[in-house]
Amino acid sequence: MRHRKAGKKLGRTSSHRNAMLRNLVTSLLKHERVVTTDTKAKLVRSTAEKMITLGKKGTLHARRQALAFIRDREVAARVFDEYSARYATRAGGYTRVVKTGYRVGDSAPVSIVELISDEKKKKAKDKAAKSKKKEKSE
Amino acid sequence: MPNPVSRHSRTRRNKRRSHDALKSPTLAVCPQCNEPKLPHRACLSCGTYKGRDVIPTE
Repeated sequence: MRHRKAGKKLGRTSSHRNAMLRNLVTSLLKHERVVTTDTKAKLVRSTAEKMITLGKKGTLHARRQALAFIRDREVAARVFDEYSARYATRAGGYTRVVKTGYRVGDSAPVSIVELISDEKKKKAKDKAAKSKKKEKSE
Repeated sequence: MPNPVSRHSRTRRNKRRSHDALKSPTLAVCPQCNEPKLPHRACLSCGTYKGRDVIPTE
């Protein structure tokens, strides 16, 4: 039974896995988008969102917790300044995973993880989508 | 070591292989560019998924 066994080991030792996760999360928060395999993408989501939640808390303790995980001080600062403001009205779901296809070398399924971009753009798109739906229904 | 006693006929060989055929992949049509694409995956020809630009193309 796999009850209460969250997460995947990815065939790595825990230190290797943790190091990889830290690198991936730091890169994602730095560049806002990262290309990896499907499985890793899905794992990165949860940790990256936890970092943003720490950023939204904004306390000194939260900042130290984030710095203990994120490898780049500047990136951590960005989480607390930029992302906390950007996602102030959003309760979770700061990341998006889009599957893209298969890697050439080893046929591994590849996805793109990205941070959801600005609220304004999203709302504009939502409105566009809604009006399209309305047109269809009419 | 045990070895096969007699050779299998063509019929037997072909019967064995009757289940070996490869299936063609299921494909969807991209709503943006009408090219075939894999379902639940971004379209690789126009780089969009669910009406959103995902992969920078061109």
